Amino acid sequence: MMTDPAHVHSIADQPTAAAPPVVDVRDLRVHFKVHRGLLGSQLVKAVDGVSFAIAAGETLGLAGESGSGKSTVARTLVRINRPTEGSILLSGAETARLSGQDLRAYRRRMQMVYQDPYDSLDPKMTIKDAIGEGLTVRGVPRARRKSEVEELLARVNLPVALAGRYPGQLSGGQRQRVSIARALAVSPEVIVCDEAVAALDVSIRAQVLNLLKDIQADARVSYLFISHDLSTLRFMADRIAIMYVGRLVEYGTSEQVFSEPAHPYTQALMAAVPDIASLGGPRPAPLPGEPPNPASPPAGCAFHPRCPLAVELCRTVAPPLVRKATGQLAACHVVPDAPEVA
Amino acid sequence: MTAPPEGSFLSGQLPTAAVEPAAAAAELAAAVDEPSLGRRALTSLRRDPVALISVIAVIVLALVAVFAPLLAPHNPLQAYPNGLSADGAPVGPGSSFLLGTDPNGRDVLSRLIFGARVSLLVGVVATGLASIIGVLVGGIAGYAGGIVDSVLMRITDVVLSFPILLFCVALIAITGPSTRNVMLVIAFGYWTYLARIVRGLVLSLKEREFVVAARTLGIGHRAILRRHILPHLVPAIIVYSTLGIATSILIEASLSYLGIGVPLPQASWGQMISQGQEYFQTAPWLLIAPGVALVLTVLAFNLAGDWLTDLLDPETSGDRR
Repeated sequence: MMTDPAHVHSIADQPTAAAPPVVDVRDLRVHFKVHRGLLGSQLVKAVDGVSFAIAAGETLGLAGESGSGKSTVARTLVRINRPTEGSILLSGAETARLSGQDLRAYRRRMQMVYQDPYDSLDPKMTIKDAIGEGLTVRGVPRARRKSEVEELLARVNLPVALAGRYPGQLSGGQRQRVSIARALAVSPEVIVCDEAVAALDVSIRAQVLNLLKDIQADARVSYLFISHDLSTLRFMADRIAIMYVGRLVEYGTSEQVFSEPAHPYTQALMAAVPDIASLGGPRPAPLPGEPPNPASPPAGCAFHPRCPLAVELCRTVAPPLVRKATGQLAACHVVPDAPEVA
Repeated sequence: MTAPPEGSFLSGQLPTAAVEPAAAAAELAAAVDEPSLGRRALTSLRRDPVALISVIAVIVLALVAVFAPLLAPHNPLQAYPNGLSADGAPVGPGSSFLLGTDPNGRDVLSRLIFGARVSLLVGVVATGLASIIGVLVGGIAGYAGGIVDSVLMRITDVVLSFPILLFCVALIAITGPSTRNVMLVIAFGYWTYLARIVRGLVLSLKEREFVVAARTLGIGHRAILRRHILPHLVPAIIVYSTLGIATSILIEASLSYLGIGVPLPQASWGQMISQGQEYFQTAPWLLIAPGVALVLTVLAFNLAGDWLTDLLDPETSGDRR
């Protein structure tokens, strides 16, 4: 059993990860100073020691309630936020403290598709200019820009006729496709999708998810796919990470996590998903209480006030993320660990 | 422990392709064509006669200023012998001098027309300069934030804390009166208003997701300012510049009235009012003509500015959902 979480470094030594990971995040911490009143300030640990790895062409699904820090992880990966501590390795090279020209070069390799299709495109810029901007970043010569824009539009299944329109004239699904085309224009290694389909209608959502999968098959791009919707994650992700108040509570392959969720929080999340098959049947008891304020998380395991399995130890000692008997990693004192391999 | 039963919503089945062609067609149809800005401008002018009159007045004024030499019936600088009566008093409005003459025997109408030139020139150039300074200072302060913002805005506050006319008088006292100096001085007094407005707009714009998205795409700060911030400032800049022209014209008139504006013998409305004041009881047209011209001009620019505000207001122009 691994004892000191500070010494848990690469989490990439997973059975399925043969190739070195494209993204290797180690012990990432993002703390914010929140000013209160005139003099007081408080430290909010939005992300507090998160490690994960994504292989080439693989999708990591990141789930959790609002306030769990999953969006902060996304925004730190694309460097909207600065990491307070920890490593972000991109193809083996440390990137967490890049700035200036190096940071801009890094941004070209790590793209993001935003949640709000209504605000993530400049309303005063035509579609072809928005996508063309991505091509400029990659240094595509002006003469080739028009044909590449048309190629990218075709790749996201949008008619070329839309090139001259403004985002205000497009539907949400179309705009999200434009955002994807714009990210692809830079030809990144990783695309972070932060609730990228949450604002779309269910029918449109399926199309966009299928499109993302097709692009992944073509270009071997890796996704960090953030969603609070477990069915979307099950469809998209090869691996799943579950976050609760700034930490990972469970991390494993999609198969492991969905078939045998180890952490009581993950189990509660799964139970809360509306289920057509058992409609009208007895509903599982909902998780009691609210997620705690990240500014003042409970001592010990942050989940203990809501946990049906909590024991005395949980109130004082935070559990490390260790391998459980079911194969995945989970942070829980109660759930049995995997037998030690001698 | 609680593995989801097979066939549940968790089993990875999503509603798929059946809806695709129909939905795609609906999406295309949903693309709405908004009326163009020009069309909306015409519609609103038809509904709003006050705006229509003020816009026409501004256009007429601009034409008068441009074609002053063609329109003026006399030379504005020439003292005409028949412009003074036998006892040396100015001649009232009549057939030879439509708006009468001044105490030097010069034609008031011609001076008024050439005065429009000075007013508009000063108004446009001073406001243009002020806008450039204001947008640069406000834009950099708002976008950079931190210490740059603090320093630039404290400088702005210092200038803003002086009454603008007093500030201009003080600067003219240093530089000496000339048309060029009047324009520069007004610009140095007026840029602060735009700087504050632009800073506020940039502060909120830089938090908008499309600006954040542009940054994470890998675009440099200068390109973001030029391509994603500046276009969103244009409506505010146009509106405040229109209002700024009215203010500048008024300041120029005040400076000329005080005798430290546009130097003689060039005609300027403020200086004509100043001179007309002395003769108000015997030759009221000397005061009334430039006074009315000034009031109407400032009013027209202000009303046209209000109309532009309504027309270009980002809240109503389809900028946001």
